[in-house]
Amino acid sequence: MNYHWNWGIFLQQVQSGDETYLDWLISGLGWTVSVALAAWVIALVLGSLIGTLRTVPNRWLVLLATTHVELFRNVPLLVQLLLWFFVVPEFLPRDLSLWVKQDMPAKEFVTAVICLGLFTSARVAEQVRAGIQSLSRGQKMAGLAIGFTLPQTYRYVILPMAFRIIIPPLTSEFMNIIKNSSVAFAIGVLELTFQARQMQEDSEQGIETYLAVTLLYFIVAFAANRGMALIERRTRVPGYIGGAK
Amino acid sequence: MSFFTQFDFSVIAPSLPFLWEGLKFTAKLTLIAMSGGIFLGTLLALARLSSITPLAMAATWYVNLMRSIPLLMVILWFFLVIPIFTGKPMGAETSAIITFTAFEAAYFSEIMRAGIQSVPRGQVFAGQAIGMTYWQTMSYVVLPQAFRNMLPILLTQTIILFQDTSLVYAIGAKDLLKAAEIAGKNYGRPLEMYVFVALVYFVVCFALSNLVKHLQSRTAIVR
Repeated sequence: MNYHWNWGIFLQQVQSGDETYLDWLISGLGWTVSVALAAWVIALVLGSLIGTLRTVPNRWLVLLATTHVELFRNVPLLVQLLLWFFVVPEFLPRDLSLWVKQDMPAKEFVTAVICLGLFTSARVAEQVRAGIQSLSRGQKMAGLAIGFTLPQTYRYVILPMAFRIIIPPLTSEFMNIIKNSSVAFAIGVLELTFQARQMQEDSEQGIETYLAVTLLYFIVAFAANRGMALIERRTRVPGYIGGAK
Repeated sequence: MSFFTQFDFSVIAPSLPFLWEGLKFTAKLTLIAMSGGIFLGTLLALARLSSITPLAMAATWYVNLMRSIPLLMVILWFFLVIPIFTGKPMGAETSAIITFTAFEAAYFSEIMRAGIQSVPRGQVFAGQAIGMTYWQTMSYVVLPQAFRNMLPILLTQTIILFQDTSLVYAIGAKDLLKAAEIAGKNYGRPLEMYVFVALVYFVVCFALSNLVKHLQSRTAIVR
């Protein structure tokens, strides 16, 4: 093995300007976290709605929600991203299409967030559905029996329980969304993977670069994991396995 | 309405042979990574569950490491590091096959571990009681049951793997997506190509996931 180690590389200036390589990585980290968090908001809101709709007693709503899930689950994320970036603008009305292509601010970022959000919403929806279906039927009946309407039953009885049950799989999805945000490099979002490739080419210190970037992904994933564990502890329901005493 | 009239799907037909080559590599990569991943994954799962502490710890570390970094980073890592170690340049395709096998092994090992743990302990004792060695107990008693229990999940993971192979785009391996991109450039119609490959991926994954659902209802063991 023949490799020149240079751990000082991070503090050296990049070839084209007065930033250091560390600056590149930190800004990449910022974009990674921004993309992941913004997309997570979309995924949670939309995923909860779609997952709930898959359990309601209305054939058409169930069909609509199922179509959403199947559509976004069965096409690779990277392909979806390229579709959103290159193809979808062509299908917009002419003026809007021109605006998106020419003037839209932070086009790459917005596209990545929408794409990743919708992609993950299908996965979140499946977890929400599983959570709702894991409750005993008695819960729903009890809600209806005390005079709640169906939406009220969902709001006050079913969903508060279902969400608590699915926190562990949602934690995995949250960590997945951070990892999946790396795909955004393909449309030019300057996130961590993009910066890793750029720094590797610019500095020719590939191993140090990738080690640092891997460590950064590790730290973010770990922080996300701990954050979700905190929420899990705070929302435990007494009387369940792992619940508060 | 400009776009529908602008869309020209007649470029698909002449590029089909080229796309087929791409799809063949995607399929090859998926199948090798699946079989290799399940084999190595099973060994990793056995290592994690073994009573030899250093072995269990090493396996746990490997699995957790692979599962906490993005696949894209792993692809870039292997592509960079393998040539440094071997001292020879390596093609993107070979690198992709090695990467996916090593990466998927971590995910398959978690599935196999759950499968092994779903087998009642009495089965192991029964195997030992009739004089079987560790490997005999595993390969004749425990693993067949674990495998059967986990078959739907193994297949679901394979569908995810099939989709993830599109990420070899990052190192320029010629899979279905890359072939579509090249064909799109050659004919000057990249958009039609993206739509077409999305359709191909969708049809394959949708069909496979329905097959899994069917299988799930067929292989469920009545206890």
